[in-house]
Amino acid sequence: MTLVSVLIVAAALIGIGLYGALSQQSFVMLMMGLELMLNGAILALMGFWSFSLGGMPKGQLLAIIVMAVMAVEMAVGFALVVAVYRKRQADTTESLATMKH
Amino acid sequence: MTNVLFLAFSALAIWSGWRVFRVDSMVRASFQLMVSFIAVGLIAVLLAAPYIGIATIFMMAVEMMVMALFMVMFMMNPAGLNPMMMVHQHRFSIAAGIVAFGGLVLAVLLSDLPSQPVPEGADVVRALGHELLGPSMLIFETAGVTLLATMIGAVVLSARSGRYGDSDAGSVPPGLTPGGEPAGRKPENGGGHHHHHHGGH
Repeated sequence: MTLVSVLIVAAALIGIGLYGALSQQSFVMLMMGLELMLNGAILALMGFWSFSLGGMPKGQLLAIIVMAVMAVEMAVGFALVVAVYRKRQADTTESLATMKH
Repeated sequence: MTNVLFLAFSALAIWSGWRVFRVDSMVRASFQLMVSFIAVGLIAVLLAAPYIGIATIFMMAVEMMVMALFMVMFMMNPAGLNPMMMVHQHRFSIAAGIVAFGGLVLAVLLSDLPSQPVPEGADVVRALGHELLGPSMLIFETAGVTLLATMIGAVVLSARSGRYGDSDAGSVPPGLTPGGEPAGRKPENGGGHHHHHHGGH
C-alpha cells in the first residue's frame, strides 16, 4: 500500500463515476455517478493525508468537509428531482429540453 | 497483511462501483454504491484514519438507504425484473471515463509526490478533535450552517406549495399510451372540468 497505489484506485473510482454521470439518463443514477467521483476524491485525500501530510489534522478536516459536500449534493439533488417530477412528471434528462416551466 | 487487505478492499470498491451502472435494479445499484463506500471507508481505516473511515461507513450506510427509498418511490424498474440499460452518449461517456482515469494515473506516475507518512502511534483522532474545536472551529461551524441552508433549500424546492405557487400547477401526467388519457392523478383545478365539459358535448 503506497501513495501511488491508493491514488490509482481513487482515479479508477473517479473514472467510473465520470462515466456514470455522463451516460445515465435517470437523474438519480446520474447522481450516483457524482457520488462515486466524490468517493474517489475522499480516497485520494486520505491517501495524501496518510502518506504526505505527516498526520496534519487539517487533512482530516478537509475529508469531513467533502462529506458535508456529499450530503448537500444529495439533499439538493433529490429536492430538485422531486420538484421537476412534480412539475413535469419527468425523471430522465431527455424529458427536460428547456429550463422554463 | 495490510497490503492484502488493501488489495481486497480496492478490488471491492472498484468492482462494486462498476456494478452500480451495470445492475438492472436501481435499488441494487444504490446498495452496490454503499458497498463501494464501505470499502473506501475500510481503506481509510487502513490508512490510519479510523475516525474518517468509520464516519464514512456510517454516513454512507444511512445515505444509501435514503437513496434506495427514493429509487423505490420515483424510478421505473426498482425491482430489476426487466433488463435495464438507460444510457445516452454511451461511447463518449466510456471514452471520457477512460481518459479521466488515464490522465489521473499519468499525473500520479509523473508527479514527484512528497513522502511524509503519519508517525507511528500518532494520536490522530485526538488531534482531529482538537483541530475541529480549536483553530478550525469556524470552518467546521460553516459546514453546519451550510447544512442548515441545504435543509431549508431542500424543503423549499420539494414542498408542494413551491416558491412561486403550487409547484405542480398545470402539470399533467403522461398517458399510458402515446397521446392517451393522463395516467394516475388527474389535474384538480380547471383542467379536469374543462375536459369533462368537452366529454359532455
